[in-house]
Amino acid sequence: MKEQLEQIRLEAKKALELCEDPKALEDLRIRYLGKKGELTAILKQMGKLSAEERPVIGQLANQVRAEIENDITEAAEHIHQHLLEKKLASETIDVTLPGTSCPTGKEHPLNIVLNEVEDIFLGMGFSIAEGPEVETDYYNFEALNLPKDHPARDTQDTFYITENVLLRTQTSPVQVRVMEKQKPPIRIIAPGRVYRSDAVDATHSPLFHQIEGLVVDKGITMADLKGTLEIFIKRLYGEDSVVRFRPHHFPFTEPSAEMDIQCFNCHGEGCPMCKNEGWIEILGCGMVHPKVLSNCNIDPEEYSGFAFGIGLERIVMRRFAINDLRLLYENDLRFLDQF
Amino acid sequence: MDLSLRWLADYVDTGVTPKQFCDAMTMSGSKVECYNTEADYITNCVVGKILKIEKHPDADKLQICQIDIGKEEPIQIVTAATNVYEGMMVPAALDNSTLANGIKIKKGKLRGVVSNGMMCSVSELGVTVHDFPYAIEDGIMDIKEDCKPGDDIREALGLNDTTVEFEITSNRPDCLSVLGLAREAAATFGKELHLPEVKIENETGDINELLSVEVKNPTLCRRYVARMIKNIKIAPSPRWMRERLRASGVRPINNLVDITNYVMLEYGQPMHAFDYKYLKGNKIVVRNAEEGESIMTLDGVDRKLSPEMLCICDAEKPSCVAGVMGGEYSGIQDDTNMVVFESASFLGSSVRTTAKKLGMRTESSGRFEKNLDSRMCMPAIERACQLVEMLGAGEVIGGYIDIDNEGDEPYTIEFCPDWINRFLGIELSADKMVGILEKIGYKVEGNTITVPSFRVGDTRHKADIAEEIARFYGYDVIPNTAVKGASQGALTLRQQFEKKLSRLLMANGCYEVQTYSFISPKYYDKIALPEDSGLRRSVVITNPLGEDTSVMRTTCVPSMLEVIARNYNNRNVAGRFFELGTIYLPKESAEILPEERGVAVVGSYGDKEDFFAMKGIILEALDKLGVYGVEFTANKENPTFHCGRCADISIGGKNIGVIGEIAPAVLENYGIGTRAYVATLDIAYIFDARIVEKKFKPTPKFPASTRDLAIICDDELPAAALEKAIRAGAGKLLEKVELFDVYKGASIAEGKKSVAYTMTLRAADHTLTVEECDRAVNKVLKELANIGAELRS
Repeated sequence: MKEQLEQIRLEAKKALELCEDPKALEDLRIRYLGKKGELTAILKQMGKLSAEERPVIGQLANQVRAEIENDITEAAEHIHQHLLEKKLASETIDVTLPGTSCPTGKEHPLNIVLNEVEDIFLGMGFSIAEGPEVETDYYNFEALNLPKDHPARDTQDTFYITENVLLRTQTSPVQVRVMEKQKPPIRIIAPGRVYRSDAVDATHSPLFHQIEGLVVDKGITMADLKGTLEIFIKRLYGEDSVVRFRPHHFPFTEPSAEMDIQCFNCHGEGCPMCKNEGWIEILGCGMVHPKVLSNCNIDPEEYSGFAFGIGLERIVMRRFAINDLRLLYENDLRFLDQF
Repeated sequence: MDLSLRWLADYVDTGVTPKQFCDAMTMSGSKVECYNTEADYITNCVVGKILKIEKHPDADKLQICQIDIGKEEPIQIVTAATNVYEGMMVPAALDNSTLANGIKIKKGKLRGVVSNGMMCSVSELGVTVHDFPYAIEDGIMDIKEDCKPGDDIREALGLNDTTVEFEITSNRPDCLSVLGLAREAAATFGKELHLPEVKIENETGDINELLSVEVKNPTLCRRYVARMIKNIKIAPSPRWMRERLRASGVRPINNLVDITNYVMLEYGQPMHAFDYKYLKGNKIVVRNAEEGESIMTLDGVDRKLSPEMLCICDAEKPSCVAGVMGGEYSGIQDDTNMVVFESASFLGSSVRTTAKKLGMRTESSGRFEKNLDSRMCMPAIERACQLVEMLGAGEVIGGYIDIDNEGDEPYTIEFCPDWINRFLGIELSADKMVGILEKIGYKVEGNTITVPSFRVGDTRHKADIAEEIARFYGYDVIPNTAVKGASQGALTLRQQFEKKLSRLLMANGCYEVQTYSFISPKYYDKIALPEDSGLRRSVVITNPLGEDTSVMRTTCVPSMLEVIARNYNNRNVAGRFFELGTIYLPKESAEILPEERGVAVVGSYGDKEDFFAMKGIILEALDKLGVYGVEFTANKENPTFHCGRCADISIGGKNIGVIGEIAPAVLENYGIGTRAYVATLDIAYIFDARIVEKKFKPTPKFPASTRDLAIICDDELPAAALEKAIRAGAGKLLEKVELFDVYKGASIAEGKKSVAYTMTLRAADHTLTVEECDRAVNKVLKELANIGAELRS
């Protein structure tokens, strides 16, 4: 019997070592340890043994059972590990295949930059004002110190609806509308569409965008105008940007200025990009003309202010090196997807 | 305005390089566009003297010239020109020289004979016979200048000026002149300004015995000054005058014409010279044109005049459109013997409208429309007379006629140095301010500033004085400061809402587009808008660029379809787009500003797109914006859309937009060869409908029960009706109801459909019992029965 037990122990060990799948393992467990298994069958014959042999064989039998149980647990673990490895190996993927996604759309490049500009001015305490695009002659011109026979009107070829109603040629009428409604302090920007009778080409469009700015309060100075716009440009184009203000003329500001930024390409030396000037014109600005203030019932003796106007297309085209204005309004996906 | 630096040097010596000059002038307010060095294309070309001419041994048409070029040995040049002679001074382009139009000269052999360069004609030097009246068009230039062999040709011919191109703003007509810019330059560089000394040596006779002038419209003609010249001798002008005209971009013609142009450039005052013999009645009448009058202008065009146009007339007819252009016979002819010089000042707005109406903007009208200084009339005409004497072009007749409707009354402004410092944010002493002002022609006495006459149009207020101070103090020297005081900057709720709407549409794959606000009225036909639709009434532009952009859109749908069409035609296989655009709805009268409404328009096309994808985009965006209770009602009557795939979108009965597949006919109109989908939402309506306030509800503590229902009903019955019935039946226990299948076909009767829903039922305070769930389902079935729907067996 002893030999039989030893035999079982050896056989089981061997069999378990070779076992590779859970089903075979279960079969082995039943074969050796089940109620009708080989070990049970031997233990059933214990009655035939002498009183001296019984405890010895009993102990041996228990020992064999414990060993087989142990071997089964080990084998199970081994099989589990093996199967897992096999599974993972079979699941290997080509990590260089393309990803899948739920594609999102993109902002139009005009709005990418407009949002940046808005954020900069919001951070400086400006609000965003709006005004109508179909405007009266009064708000677009007259209140801005551009009476009917003013020669500067010729430079802004206007689309007319009636003699007194037109498509605004600038966002400046929003200045007047804001000043009429709101008492100083005023700090606003007013982005929007403006219209001029320019035939479409690479740099002209009958419709384009401006961003107007207006600050009115007691004690606003030209130094404030310069400081504010310099901060704006440094935030938009980087701290190392260099700007200059040079005198210009606008009917609704006095003094008036144009702000140039030093050419990014040649740093002021002059190159084809800046038409050899070393500088690139960015915006027009100035101190609000006292007549404009009084047209809006703000006392120019008590208050002063500054205003500026930025051409959005110009800065967008520069930012993304877009060489043709028309692309912005064609809305081809191959264009829109680049920004 | 093109300024000759040679001319400028007559009045101010700036002592700087052209580049420094341009930079500094730009910074003091006279913007320089660029500067050009005259004839800088000419290199290695000198004055040569022909010493000897021999026939070419092998060519009849060629001659061999020995030319002294100031070196020890003469050089040999072979020429085909016939006008050469021994002793002739010629432009000699040497070996490796360059000329006008990119011509390059190298030495070589002509029929076996060495030629070391080329003799040049005027055109090869890039000039014309107008610049050198003694020269001939074809043939070698026969130089008649004070020069010697070997001199650089540019120096010898005076082809070495530098011209600076200024962009002069409309408020500074005084700077459209050499003297005006000289004044600015003198102030910019702190140099002295030397004005020309004007003196007429000899005057004979009296103008008043020969001519009378009458100004009938003193409003439009602010001043009229006339002087006369007799015994005219027409000849070319001297070189110095031609040089200055050429550098200023004006072609020299003859001494008299050149004098009027010279004075215009120098003083900024346009002048006119009338041939006296054509002035009927020896009279000049400045009056408005009469109805039906016309004039043949110098350019040979017969032009109809209208009564608001001011004319310079003789006793009978107009001979000049005031400030715009002269008549055919008014100007200088070869046989002109006596002329009347006109130096006048006309109302700018009148000249501007007249020139615009006649469609001829001239150098003169461009100046007059900026309201020229009427005080300049007299100095300019005196200068012209002086030049006539200097050039020997005629004899000045004594006296002048001056009709001055404006007078010499000076304009004054209070001098407020403290205010100016505060306004500019600088600290400059009053003395220094006075110094700046005086340099540019202002007079300051105590607290009073007298504005020079040439700046009265532009300088009206102390802010204008501040600008003058700032210009010469230096815009760049003014410090940069931040605006004082705190201020709250924030987006309005509506602005925040719109930005969020954009983000949500982008999150659903839509690309933002920007389209024109104006469209063609034909686009309403293109989208099959009904003939009687109110949207066909648009704000109409009276002077559009073209029909395509002639009305303001009342709908964004055509714009979106254009975007889809363009992308489809550019072979982009699919796309989702959106725009937050504006529509313009006219009021009863065009004099009242239209209503401008914000609209979100979404469009899509491509294999994966359909009505429900579009509906999903809209609902997802609205849900995240807090806009709930959105209903979709089938609309079969909207001809823009597929009659079976279009819905009106509404909230609480209020129409907020439309969604649908574009009708095949409309797709065809746009050349879109695939299905396309468009939805629009009125932003103001959805903004108003949004729920702002949100309160926390505890997450459920008790489990939910789900029940699936497969319902059979008429195919026509919309799912919205089924859902409404389910909600009504299940009542408060219903947490959500989701459609998971719609089936038609085998095992379902013709005209019927099977719709399957999952109901999720839950109570907040206990676990639902089976009985509770069954009761809810039974109620649902009852509601469904009411609309003819039953459980699928």
